[in-house]
Amino acid sequence: MFKAIWRWIQRFSSPKYFYEMSARLIPWFAVSALIIGVYGLYLGLFKAPPDYQQGESYRIIFIHVPAAWMSLFVYMVMAISAGIGIIWQIRLADMVAAASAPIGASFAFLALVTGSLWGKPMWGTYWVWDARLTSELILLFLYFGYMALQSAIEDQRSADRASGLLAIVGVVNIPIIHYSVEWWNTLHQGATVAKFDKPSMHIDMLIPLLLMALAFKLFYFAMVLVRTRNEALYRDRNRRWVRELITGL
Amino acid sequence: MNKRSRRKLLILAVVFGMTIATVLGLTAFEENLLYFYSPTQVKAGEAPDSHSFRVGGLVVAGSVKRSPDSLKVVFDVTDNAESMTIEYTGILPDLFREGQGIVAMGKLQDDGRFVAQEVLAKHDENYMPPEVADALEKGGHVNKQKAMEGSKP
Repeated sequence: MFKAIWRWIQRFSSPKYFYEMSARLIPWFAVSALIIGVYGLYLGLFKAPPDYQQGESYRIIFIHVPAAWMSLFVYMVMAISAGIGIIWQIRLADMVAAASAPIGASFAFLALVTGSLWGKPMWGTYWVWDARLTSELILLFLYFGYMALQSAIEDQRSADRASGLLAIVGVVNIPIIHYSVEWWNTLHQGATVAKFDKPSMHIDMLIPLLLMALAFKLFYFAMVLVRTRNEALYRDRNRRWVRELITGL
Repeated sequence: MNKRSRRKLLILAVVFGMTIATVLGLTAFEENLLYFYSPTQVKAGEAPDSHSFRVGGLVVAGSVKRSPDSLKVVFDVTDNAESMTIEYTGILPDLFREGQGIVAMGKLQDDGRFVAQEVLAKHDENYMPPEVADALEKGGHVNKQKAMEGSKP
Protein backbone atom coordinates (compact mmCIF):
# COMPACT_ATOMS: atom_id res chain seq x y z
CA MET A 1 0.00 0.00 0.00
CA PHE A 2 2.64 2.47 1.12
CA LYS A 3 4.83 1.44 -1.77
CA ALA A 4 2.02 2.06 -4.23
CA ILE A 5 1.49 5.59 -2.90
CA TRP A 6 5.19 6.24 -3.06
CA ARG A 7 5.35 5.11 -6.67
CA TRP A 8 2.35 7.24 -7.47
CA ILE A 9 4.01 10.29 -5.89
CA GLN A 10 7.20 9.67 -7.79
CA ARG A 11 5.36 9.36 -11.05
CA PHE A 12 3.44 12.59 -10.56
CA SER A 13 6.42 14.49 -9.26
CA SER A 14 8.67 13.61 -12.14
CA PRO A 15 9.76 16.81 -13.88
CA LYS A 16 8.74 15.38 -17.23
CA TYR A 17 5.18 14.67 -16.11
CA PHE A 18 4.99 18.05 -14.40
CA TYR A 19 6.20 19.80 -17.53
CA GLU A 20 3.40 18.31 -19.58
CA MET A 21 0.64 18.86 -17.00
CA SER A 22 1.54 22.41 -16.03
CA ALA A 23 1.23 23.67 -19.60
CA ARG A 24 -2.48 23.01 -19.39
CA LEU A 25 -2.93 24.70 -15.99
CA ILE A 26 -1.06 27.96 -16.57
CA PRO A 27 -3.60 29.65 -18.89
CA TRP A 28 -6.41 29.00 -16.42
CA PHE A 29 -4.54 30.56 -13.52
CA ALA A 30 -3.26 33.47 -15.58
CA VAL A 31 -6.58 34.38 -17.16
CA SER A 32 -8.58 34.09 -13.94
CA ALA A 33 -5.93 36.16 -12.09
CA LEU A 34 -6.23 38.85 -14.75
CA ILE A 35 -10.04 38.93 -14.75
CA ILE A 36 -10.41 38.88 -10.96
CA GLY A 37 -7.56 41.36 -10.56
CA VAL A 38 -9.02 43.88 -13.00
CA TYR A 39 -12.48 43.54 -11.45
CA GLY A 40 -11.10 43.79 -7.91
CA LEU A 41 -9.06 46.87 -8.78
CA TYR A 42 -12.07 48.47 -10.45
CA LEU A 43 -14.21 47.85 -7.36
CA GLY A 44 -11.41 48.99 -5.06
CA LEU A 45 -10.43 52.15 -6.89
CA PHE A 46 -13.80 53.32 -8.19
CA LYS A 47 -16.61 51.65 -6.27
CA ALA A 48 -15.39 51.34 -2.69
CA PRO A 49 -16.28 54.32 -0.49
CA PRO A 50 -13.52 56.59 0.88
CA ASP A 51 -12.33 55.91 4.41
CA TYR A 52 -13.59 57.99 7.33
CA GLN A 53 -10.05 58.87 8.43
CA GLN A 54 -7.78 58.42 5.46
CA GLY A 55 -10.06 59.53 2.65
CA GLU A 56 -8.91 58.24 -0.71
CA SER A 57 -5.35 57.43 0.33
CA TYR A 58 -6.30 54.16 1.94
CA ARG A 59 -6.94 52.64 -1.50
CA ILE A 60 -3.32 51.52 -1.70
CA ILE A 61 -4.47 48.81 0.73
CA PHE A 62 -5.78 46.86 -2.26
CA ILE A 63 -2.19 46.29 -3.38
CA HIS A 64 -0.35 46.53 -0.07
CA VAL A 65 -2.25 43.96 1.94
CA PRO A 66 -2.50 41.24 -0.76
CA ALA A 67 1.22 41.67 -1.47
CA ALA A 68 2.06 41.35 2.23
CA TRP A 69 -0.15 38.27 2.62
CA MET A 70 1.42 36.68 -0.42
CA SER A 71 4.94 37.38 0.83
CA LEU A 72 4.11 35.19 3.86
CA PHE A 73 2.21 32.57 1.86
CA VAL A 74 4.96 32.16 -0.73
CA TYR A 75 7.54 31.85 2.02
CA MET A 76 5.59 28.98 3.58
CA VAL A 77 5.28 27.28 0.19
CA MET A 78 9.01 27.74 -0.33
CA ALA A 79 9.99 26.42 3.10
CA ILE A 80 7.64 23.44 2.96
CA SER A 81 8.73 22.41 -0.51
CA ALA A 82 12.38 22.87 0.45
CA GLY A 83 11.71 20.61 3.44
CA ILE A 84 10.06 17.98 1.24
CA GLY A 85 13.02 18.24 -1.12
CA ILE A 86 15.53 17.70 1.67
CA ILE A 87 13.69 14.92 3.46
CA TRP A 88 12.22 12.87 0.61
CA GLN A 89 14.60 13.93 -2.12
CA ILE A 90 11.81 14.90 -4.47
CA ARG A 91 13.48 17.00 -7.11
CA LEU A 92 10.30 18.74 -8.17
CA ALA A 93 9.88 20.12 -4.63
CA ASP A 94 13.34 21.69 -4.76
CA MET A 95 12.44 23.21 -8.11
CA VAL A 96 9.22 24.69 -6.71
CA ALA A 97 11.15 26.20 -3.79
CA ALA A 98 13.78 27.71 -6.05
CA ALA A 99 11.11 29.01 -8.43
CA SER A 100 9.13 30.59 -5.57
CA ALA A 101 11.92 32.63 -4.00
CA PRO A 102 12.11 35.52 -6.51
CA ILE A 103 8.31 35.75 -6.65
CA GLY A 104 8.05 35.90 -2.88
CA ALA A 105 10.85 38.46 -2.72
CA SER A 106 8.94 40.60 -5.22
CA PHE A 107 5.80 40.41 -3.10
CA ALA A 108 7.73 41.35 0.04
CA PHE A 109 9.39 44.22 -1.80
CA LEU A 110 6.05 45.42 -3.15
CA ALA A 111 4.53 45.27 0.34
CA LEU A 112 7.42 47.31 1.77
CA VAL A 113 7.34 49.93 -1.00
CA THR A 114 3.58 50.40 -0.99
CA GLY A 115 3.60 50.49 2.81
CA SER A 116 6.30 53.12 2.75
CA LEU A 117 4.38 55.24 0.24
CA TRP A 118 1.29 54.87 2.39
CA GLY A 119 3.15 55.67 5.60
CA LYS A 120 4.43 59.04 4.43
CA PRO A 121 1.07 60.81 4.08
CA MET A 122 -0.69 58.92 6.89
CA TRP A 123 1.86 58.41 9.64
CA GLY A 124 4.19 61.16 8.52
CA THR A 125 7.19 58.96 7.76
CA TYR A 126 8.37 56.57 5.08
CA TRP A 127 9.94 54.20 7.53
CA VAL A 128 10.03 53.41 11.22
CA TRP A 129 11.86 50.56 12.88
CA ASP A 130 8.75 49.14 14.40
CA ALA A 131 8.34 45.41 14.81
CA ARG A 132 6.02 44.86 11.84
CA LEU A 133 8.14 46.77 9.35
CA THR A 134 11.43 45.36 10.59
CA SER A 135 10.25 41.75 10.54
CA GLU A 136 8.90 42.17 7.00
CA LEU A 137 12.27 43.59 5.96
CA ILE A 138 13.96 40.54 7.47
CA LEU A 139 11.62 38.38 5.39
CA LEU A 140 12.90 40.14 2.26
CA PHE A 141 16.48 39.47 3.41
CA LEU A 142 15.63 35.80 3.97
CA TYR A 143 14.43 35.57 0.38
CA PHE A 144 17.64 37.26 -0.78
CA GLY A 145 19.71 34.88 1.34
CA TYR A 146 17.95 31.90 -0.20
CA MET A 147 18.54 33.20 -3.71
CA ALA A 148 22.17 34.05 -2.98
CA LEU A 149 22.84 30.56 -1.62
CA GLN A 150 21.12 28.99 -4.61
CA SER A 151 23.34 30.80 -7.07
CA ALA A 152 26.55 30.67 -5.01
CA ILE A 153 26.76 26.89 -4.77
CA GLU A 154 27.38 25.20 -8.06
CA ASP A 155 26.42 21.67 -7.12
CA GLN A 156 22.64 21.71 -7.35
CA ARG A 157 22.01 19.21 -4.58
CA SER A 158 24.15 20.99 -2.00
CA ALA A 159 22.68 24.30 -3.12
CA ASP A 160 19.18 22.97 -2.49
CA ARG A 161 20.18 21.58 0.88
CA ALA A 162 21.90 24.74 2.11
CA SER A 163 19.30 27.19 0.88
CA GLY A 164 16.49 24.87 1.95
CA LEU A 165 17.84 24.82 5.50
CA LEU A 166 17.96 28.60 5.51
CA ALA A 167 14.36 28.71 4.30
CA ILE A 168 13.27 26.33 7.05
CA VAL A 169 15.12 28.22 9.78
CA GLY A 170 13.54 31.45 8.53
CA VAL A 171 10.04 30.12 9.17
CA VAL A 172 10.55 31.45 12.72
CA ASN A 173 10.04 34.88 11.28
CA ILE A 174 6.56 34.17 9.92
CA PRO A 175 4.64 34.16 13.24
CA ILE A 176 6.77 37.10 14.35
CA ILE A 177 5.54 39.14 11.39
CA HIS A 178 1.97 38.06 11.93
CA TYR A 179 1.82 38.75 15.65
CA SER A 180 4.24 41.69 15.76
CA VAL A 181 1.35 44.15 15.95
CA GLU A 182 0.01 42.37 19.02
CA TRP A 183 3.21 41.51 20.82
CA TRP A 184 4.81 44.93 20.54
CA ASN A 185 3.75 48.50 20.54
CA THR A 186 3.95 49.20 16.86
CA LEU A 187 3.11 52.22 14.77
CA HIS A 188 1.55 49.80 12.33
CA GLN A 189 -2.07 49.18 13.27
CA GLY A 190 -3.47 45.78 14.19
CA ALA A 191 -4.91 43.22 11.81
CA THR A 192 -8.01 44.30 9.93
CA VAL A 193 -8.94 40.88 8.62
CA ALA A 194 -8.35 38.23 11.26
CA LYS A 195 -9.30 34.62 11.02
CA PHE A 196 -11.65 34.25 13.94
CA ASP A 197 -12.87 37.80 14.13
CA LYS A 198 -15.30 39.88 12.23
CA PRO A 199 -13.19 42.01 9.87
CA SER A 200 -13.06 45.62 11.01
CA MET A 201 -13.70 46.83 7.53
CA HIS A 202 -16.79 47.90 5.66
CA ILE A 203 -18.13 45.18 3.37
CA ASP A 204 -17.77 47.35 0.24
CA MET A 205 -14.04 47.68 0.97
CA LEU A 206 -13.61 44.11 2.13
CA ILE A 207 -14.91 42.49 -1.07
CA PRO A 208 -12.39 44.19 -3.39
CA LEU A 209 -9.62 43.44 -0.88
CA LEU A 210 -10.46 39.73 -0.83
CA LEU A 211 -10.82 39.68 -4.63
CA MET A 212 -7.38 41.25 -4.98
CA ALA A 213 -5.95 38.71 -2.55
CA LEU A 214 -7.44 35.91 -4.66
CA ALA A 215 -6.08 37.47 -7.85
CA PHE A 216 -2.60 37.73 -6.33
CA LYS A 217 -2.75 34.09 -5.30
CA LEU A 218 -3.82 32.93 -8.76
CA PHE A 219 -1.11 35.09 -10.28
CA TYR A 220 1.43 33.40 -8.02
CA PHE A 221 0.22 29.94 -9.07
CA ALA A 222 0.61 30.88 -12.73
CA MET A 223 4.05 32.38 -12.12
CA VAL A 224 5.36 29.53 -10.01
CA LEU A 225 4.29 27.01 -12.64
CA VAL A 226 6.04 28.98 -15.41
CA ARG A 227 9.19 29.36 -13.33
CA THR A 228 9.21 25.75 -12.16
CA ARG A 229 8.95 24.64 -15.81
CA ASN A 230 12.02 26.73 -16.62
CA GLU A 231 13.80 25.34 -13.60
CA ALA A 232 12.95 21.77 -14.70
CA LEU A 233 14.21 22.39 -18.22
CA TYR A 234 17.42 23.94 -16.94
CA ARG A 235 18.21 21.34 -14.29
CA ASP A 236 17.37 18.43 -16.56
CA ARG A 237 19.08 19.90 -19.59
CA ASN A 238 21.25 16.81 -19.94
CA ARG A 239 18.47 14.33 -19.42
CA ARG A 240 16.74 12.51 -22.15
CA TRP A 241 13.25 13.96 -21.81
CA VAL A 242 14.52 17.51 -22.30
CA ARG A 243 16.67 16.51 -25.25
CA GLU A 244 13.74 14.74 -26.82
CA LEU A 245 11.57 17.78 -26.20
CA ILE A 246 14.05 20.07 -27.90
CA THR A 247 14.92 17.91 -30.86
CA GLY A 248 11.26 17.02 -31.23
CA LEU A 249 11.85 13.30 -31.18
CA MET B 1 42.31 31.25 -5.09
CA ASN B 2 40.67 28.19 -6.52
CA LYS B 3 37.01 27.71 -7.24
CA ARG B 4 36.11 25.77 -4.17
CA SER B 5 37.62 28.12 -1.65
CA ARG B 6 36.01 31.01 -3.46
CA ARG B 7 32.66 29.32 -3.09
CA LYS B 8 33.32 28.69 0.58
CA LEU B 9 34.17 32.33 1.03
CA LEU B 10 30.95 33.33 -0.68
CA ILE B 11 28.87 31.11 1.55
CA LEU B 12 30.66 32.44 4.60
CA ALA B 13 29.97 35.97 3.43
CA VAL B 14 26.28 35.20 2.97
CA VAL B 15 26.00 33.59 6.40
CA PHE B 16 27.92 36.46 7.95
CA GLY B 17 25.67 39.00 6.23
CA MET B 18 22.54 37.22 7.39
CA THR B 19 23.81 37.11 10.95
CA ILE B 20 24.57 40.81 10.91
CA ALA B 21 21.13 41.56 9.47
CA THR B 22 19.39 39.49 12.12
CA VAL B 23 21.43 40.97 14.96
CA LEU B 24 20.79 44.49 13.70
CA GLY B 25 17.13 43.72 13.36
CA LEU B 26 16.82 42.27 16.82
CA THR B 27 18.75 45.17 18.32
CA ALA B 28 16.39 47.53 16.58
CA PHE B 29 13.51 45.54 18.06
CA GLU B 30 14.80 45.86 21.55
CA GLU B 31 15.73 49.50 21.59
CA ASN B 32 13.47 50.99 19.09
CA LEU B 33 10.20 49.15 18.97
CA LEU B 34 8.43 52.41 18.71
CA TYR B 35 7.95 51.82 22.27
CA PHE B 36 6.34 54.89 23.75
CA TYR B 37 5.61 56.32 27.16
CA SER B 38 2.19 57.53 28.16
CA PRO B 39 1.72 61.00 29.67
CA THR B 40 1.01 59.32 33.03
CA GLN B 41 4.41 57.67 32.99
CA VAL B 42 6.11 60.91 31.99
CA LYS B 43 4.38 62.71 34.86
CA ALA B 44 5.51 59.98 37.22
CA GLY B 45 9.09 60.54 36.10
CA GLU B 46 9.54 57.16 34.44
CA ALA B 47 10.67 58.65 31.14
CA PRO B 48 14.38 59.37 30.61
CA ASP B 49 15.31 63.03 30.96
CA SER B 50 18.76 62.82 29.43
CA HIS B 51 17.90 61.47 25.99
CA SER B 52 15.05 61.43 23.53
CA PHE B 53 12.06 59.19 23.92
CA ARG B 54 8.60 58.79 22.48
CA VAL B 55 5.31 59.89 23.94
CA GLY B 56 2.07 58.40 22.72
CA GLY B 57 -1.41 59.70 23.35
CA LEU B 58 -4.53 61.24 21.95
CA VAL B 59 -4.53 64.86 20.87
CA VAL B 60 -6.76 66.77 23.28
CA ALA B 61 -9.71 68.47 21.56
CA GLY B 62 -9.34 72.24 21.47
CA SER B 63 -5.70 72.20 22.56
CA VAL B 64 -4.04 72.62 19.15
CA LYS B 65 -2.53 76.10 18.74
CA ARG B 66 -0.73 76.92 15.51
CA SER B 67 1.67 79.82 15.27
CA PRO B 68 0.47 82.33 12.65
CA ASP B 69 3.91 83.00 11.11
CA SER B 70 5.76 79.68 11.42
CA LEU B 71 5.20 75.93 11.37
CA LYS B 72 5.23 75.77 15.14
CA VAL B 73 2.36 73.87 16.74
CA VAL B 74 1.60 73.41 20.40
CA PHE B 75 -0.87 70.80 21.53
CA ASP B 76 -1.72 68.54 24.45
CA VAL B 77 -1.82 64.76 24.40
CA THR B 78 -3.63 62.62 26.90
CA ASP B 79 -4.00 58.99 27.86
CA ASN B 80 -7.33 59.90 29.46
CA ALA B 81 -5.65 60.05 32.88
CA GLU B 82 -2.89 62.64 32.54
CA SER B 83 -2.06 65.04 29.77
CA MET B 84 1.06 66.89 28.72
CA THR B 85 1.99 69.65 26.30
CA ILE B 86 4.03 69.01 23.18
CA GLU B 87 5.76 71.57 20.99
CA TYR B 88 6.59 70.75 17.43
CA THR B 89 7.90 72.70 14.46
CA GLY B 90 7.33 71.10 11.11
CA ILE B 91 4.78 69.52 8.86
CA LEU B 92 2.24 67.32 10.59
CA PRO B 93 0.96 64.12 9.00
CA ASP B 94 -2.44 64.23 7.29
CA LEU B 95 -4.03 62.19 10.00
CA PHE B 96 -3.05 64.63 12.73
CA ARG B 97 -6.26 65.97 14.21
CA GLU B 98 -7.98 66.39 17.52
CA GLY B 99 -8.79 63.07 19.12
CA GLN B 100 -6.25 61.24 16.94
CA GLY B 101 -3.63 58.93 18.40
CA ILE B 102 -0.12 60.24 17.81
CA VAL B 103 3.41 59.27 18.73
CA ALA B 104 5.88 62.12 19.25
CA MET B 105 9.63 61.64 19.44
CA GLY B 106 11.54 64.30 21.33
CA LYS B 107 13.10 65.47 24.55
CA LEU B 108 11.77 66.73 27.81
CA GLN B 109 13.09 70.24 28.54
CA ASP B 110 14.08 71.43 31.98
CA ASP B 111 10.98 73.55 32.24
CA GLY B 112 8.74 70.53 31.62
CA ARG B 113 7.92 71.22 27.98
CA PHE B 114 8.25 68.31 25.60
CA VAL B 115 9.86 69.44 22.34
CA ALA B 116 9.27 66.95 19.55
CA GLN B 117 11.47 66.46 16.50
CA GLU B 118 9.00 64.13 14.90
CA VAL B 119 5.28 63.61 15.17
CA LEU B 120 3.74 60.46 13.71
CA ALA B 121 0.06 59.72 13.48
CA LYS B 122 -1.24 56.32 14.40
CA HIS B 123 -4.43 55.04 12.89
CA ASP B 124 -6.54 52.05 13.79
CA GLU B 125 -7.40 48.94 11.85
CA ASN B 126 -10.94 50.07 11.08
CA TYR B 127 -11.88 51.06 7.59
CA MET B 128 -15.33 52.44 6.86
CA PRO B 129 -17.07 55.15 4.88
CA PRO B 130 -17.45 58.53 6.67
CA GLU B 131 -21.23 58.11 6.91
CA VAL B 132 -20.83 54.89 8.84
CA ALA B 133 -18.30 56.51 11.16
CA ASP B 134 -20.72 59.38 11.78
CA ALA B 135 -23.53 56.98 12.50
CA LEU B 136 -21.35 55.01 14.90
CA GLU B 137 -20.29 58.15 16.68
CA LYS B 138 -23.90 59.27 17.07
CA GLY B 139 -24.71 55.86 18.44
CA GLY B 140 -22.07 56.37 21.09
CA HIS B 141 -19.48 53.97 19.71
CA VAL B 142 -16.54 56.30 19.66
CA ASN B 143 -13.78 54.30 18.04
CA LYS B 144 -11.22 57.02 17.66
CA GLN B 145 -9.43 55.95 20.76
CA LYS B 146 -8.94 52.45 19.51
CA ALA B 147 -5.69 53.44 17.89
CA MET B 148 -3.97 53.71 21.23
CA GLU B 149 -5.60 50.68 22.73
CA GLY B 150 -3.29 48.01 24.01
CA SER B 151 -0.48 50.48 24.16
CA LYS B 152 1.63 49.28 26.99
CA PRO B 153 4.66 51.12 28.23
